Amino acid sequence: MTYLIKGARVLGGEPKDIRIDGGVIDEIGVNLDAKGAETIEADGLIALPGLVDLHTHLREPGREDAETVESGTRAAAAGGFTAVHAMANTEPVADTAGVVEQVWRLGREAGYCDVHPVGAVTRGIEGRKLAELGAMADSAAHVRVFSDDGHCVDDAVLMRRALEYVKAFDGVVAQHAQEPRLTEHAQMNEGEVSGRLGLAGWPAVAEEAIISRDCLLAAHVGSRLHVCHVSTAGSVELIRWAKSKGWQVTAEVTPHHLFLTDELAETYDPIFKVNPPLRTKADVEALREALADGTIDCVATDHAPHPVEAKETEWAPAAMGMIGLETALSVAQAAMVDTGLLDWAGLADRMSVRPARIGHVGGQGHLPAPGAPANLTLYDPAARAVVDPAASVSKSRNTPFAGIELPGRVQATFLRGRPTVLEGKVV
Amino acid sequence: MKHHLISAADLTRDDALLILDTAEELASVADRPIKKLPTLRGRTVVNLFFEDSTRTRISFEAAAKRLSADVINFSAKGSSVSKGESLKDTALTLEAMGADGVVIRHGASGAPRRLANWVHGSVVNAGDGTHEHPTQALLDAYTMRRRLGDVEGRRVTIVGDILHSRVARSNVLLLTTLGAEVTLVAPPTLFPVAVGTWPCEVSYDFDAVLPKSDVVMMLRVQQERMNAAYFPTVREYSRRYGLDAPRMGMMPQHALVMHPGPMNRGVEIAAEVADSPRSTIVEQVANGVTVRMAVLYLLLGGSEPAIGTTRMDGE
Repeated sequence: MTYLIKGARVLGGEPKDIRIDGGVIDEIGVNLDAKGAETIEADGLIALPGLVDLHTHLREPGREDAETVESGTRAAAAGGFTAVHAMANTEPVADTAGVVEQVWRLGREAGYCDVHPVGAVTRGIEGRKLAELGAMADSAAHVRVFSDDGHCVDDAVLMRRALEYVKAFDGVVAQHAQEPRLTEHAQMNEGEVSGRLGLAGWPAVAEEAIISRDCLLAAHVGSRLHVCHVSTAGSVELIRWAKSKGWQVTAEVTPHHLFLTDELAETYDPIFKVNPPLRTKADVEALREALADGTIDCVATDHAPHPVEAKETEWAPAAMGMIGLETALSVAQAAMVDTGLLDWAGLADRMSVRPARIGHVGGQGHLPAPGAPANLTLYDPAARAVVDPAASVSKSRNTPFAGIELPGRVQATFLRGRPTVLEGKVV
Repeated sequence: MKHHLISAADLTRDDALLILDTAEELASVADRPIKKLPTLRGRTVVNLFFEDSTRTRISFEAAAKRLSADVINFSAKGSSVSKGESLKDTALTLEAMGADGVVIRHGASGAPRRLANWVHGSVVNAGDGTHEHPTQALLDAYTMRRRLGDVEGRRVTIVGDILHSRVARSNVLLLTTLGAEVTLVAPPTLFPVAVGTWPCEVSYDFDAVLPKSDVVMMLRVQQERMNAAYFPTVREYSRRYGLDAPRMGMMPQHALVMHPGPMNRGVEIAAEVADSPRSTIVEQVANGVTVRMAVLYLLLGGSEPAIGTTRMDGE
C-alpha cells in the first residue's frame, strides 16, 4: 500500500508532501506525484516520527481486566506511538524467556505497534536473585531493557551485578528509584500538603538517595543506567551532575509529572495517586527545564491501567498509577511546546529518537527522511478537547486529566507504512 | 454552614461560634429531668464506625438520641464491611436506607470526603486516619470557653504526636479560626516536615512554653512509635514531653490541662495531673455530647429551633 501525505509540516517545518511505499518513506518534497498512491490531506498537521514509549504497563498476562496487549497497543497507536516497552510486573512476572516471548508474540499478533517486553531484573521482582537476563536477551523478544519497575532494586550488590551483567548484550537497567524504608506506607509527596491531609509522606530524598547511589554504581562498573519516572528537582540535579561526568546515565519523565502537582490530593480522589507521587510546582518546573535542556532524555508514559474498583476507594487502599498513552503528546505539547521550552523537532527527539536509542529499538526513532522506516504520526496541534475518560481506547479509565482541556489531536499513525490510526480513529 | 463537617477548615468563625452558642443553649437540657428534645424526630443518623472507638460512638449516639433521631449503628466488625465490601457500596446501602446524616470514623485519611461523594445526607467526620477530628476540636473549644470565658487571645499548647494526630490538626485549624494562639510541642520526629507552614508556633522545649500557656492539651502517644524510632524509649519521651506535677507547677494558676483520651497515665500525663482540679478531662467527655448535639442539629435540623418550641412543651 502506498500513501501520499499532502502538506504536512515535517517536525513543524514548512508544509511538504511525504510519499510512503513498501513500509519506508519513499520521498519528501513539494508537490510530489501521487504515483497512484492513496492521498491523505495533512494541511495544518505536523509530521513526527512514530513515538516510542520506554515505560508502558500492558497488564497481560494476569490483569486482562485492566488492559490487554491488544487494547494497550490500540491506545498507544491512538496516542501516536509506534513502539512501546511492556513493563515486567505482570502475573506471572516477565522474568523468563517464555513470558517475554508471549508478550512479544501478542504484540505482533495485535499489530498496532511494536511491543518490546522489558525483562525483570530479579526473579518475581522480589529483589533477591537475578532473573535469567541472558535468556531473555537471547529470546525472540530480544530484551534489552530490564526493570523491576514498581519495586526498586534496593540491594546495592544486586544492582551492581545487574548493571555489570547486562553489558554482555548491551542491555540497560531501568531503575524505579525508591528507597523502601523511607517510603513505608507512603501515600503522596511528603510536604506541606501531606502534612495537612494526614497522608503518609513519600519524601524526595527516597528517590534521590537511590539515584545518586545508582549513578555511582554505574560509573564504577562502566554500565548504562536508565532512571525511570524522575519526579523531583533534586533528582534532576543529580542526573545533571552524573552526565557532566560523562557517565552513561539516561532518564525519563512522565507526562503527569510534567503537568500535575500534589495539591490535587486535596480531593482525596485516588485518581491522582501514583508512584512516584505528584510533586510540587517547583519540581514540575525543574522537570520541564531538564527535559528541555536534555538532562532528562525522554518522556515515558508509565501508562498504568487499573479497573474502576481499584480507584473508587479511600486514598490509602487505592492502586497507584494512571493511564497516559492517549494523552501523552497533548500533555507534552501543553507543558513543553506551548510554553516555548521545546520546538517540535525537540519534542520528536524526546519522544521518539532518544527513547528508541536508550531501548536499542531497531527500526524506530528515525526522523522522517527518504529511506527511513515509515513510522509516522500526524498531529493537529491546533485542536483542543476536554479529556473524556469514557472515550479512552485503553480498557481502563483512570486518567488524571479527565475534564481538563488539552491541546492537540493525533490524526494518523503509520506503523511501517500501514495506518494504525486514520482521521483520529484506530483502524 | 456547609452541608458536611469534614474538616475544621470547613467552619468559618461565625459557623464555629454558632455551634458553640447552640451547644450552650442545648447544655441547659442536660440539667432537666427529661433530657430528650424532639428536634430531629423522624431523621435517621447512621454511626458508621470502621475503627473501634466506643467513647466517640457512644457520644454521637447519645447526642442523636437526645435530639430524638433514629440511630443506626453500623460497625465494621461483623458487617459486610469485614467481608470486603467497599466504602462506596456501604455508602450506597446507607443511601438506600435514607440516612439523613452519616457519622463516620475511619482509619483512612480522607474517607469522609470520599463518602460525601456517594451520599446525599450530611457527613460528619468522627475521626479519619491521621487527618482530622473536627468535633473533638469543637468540644475542646467549648470546654475552654466554659472554663476560661473566651477562646480568643488564649494561648493553647498542644503536646505530643502531632504527626499522627487528627486531634492536633483539627484543633490548630479551629482554635486559630477562633483567635487563639496555638503552640505545638513535640520531639522533631513527631512533627510533619512542613509544620512551619501551619498557622501556629512550633517548639521542642516544653518547659519554656509551659509558663506562657492558658491551656495545655496532652495527646496520647502510642508506644509502637518507639519501634519506628520516633523516640528512643517511652521513659525518655515521658521525661522530656510528659506532663507531671512539677511541670504542672510551672503553668499559670488559671491554666487548664486537657486530654482527648484515652490517656496513657504515666506516659504523657501523670496520674496526679489527670486527676487534679485543673484537668478538664471528664468535662470534655460530657461536653462532647452537647457539642455533637449542636453539630447534628445545625446540619440536620433545618429551620426548626433547637429547643423551646411549643411542640416540645407538649412532649
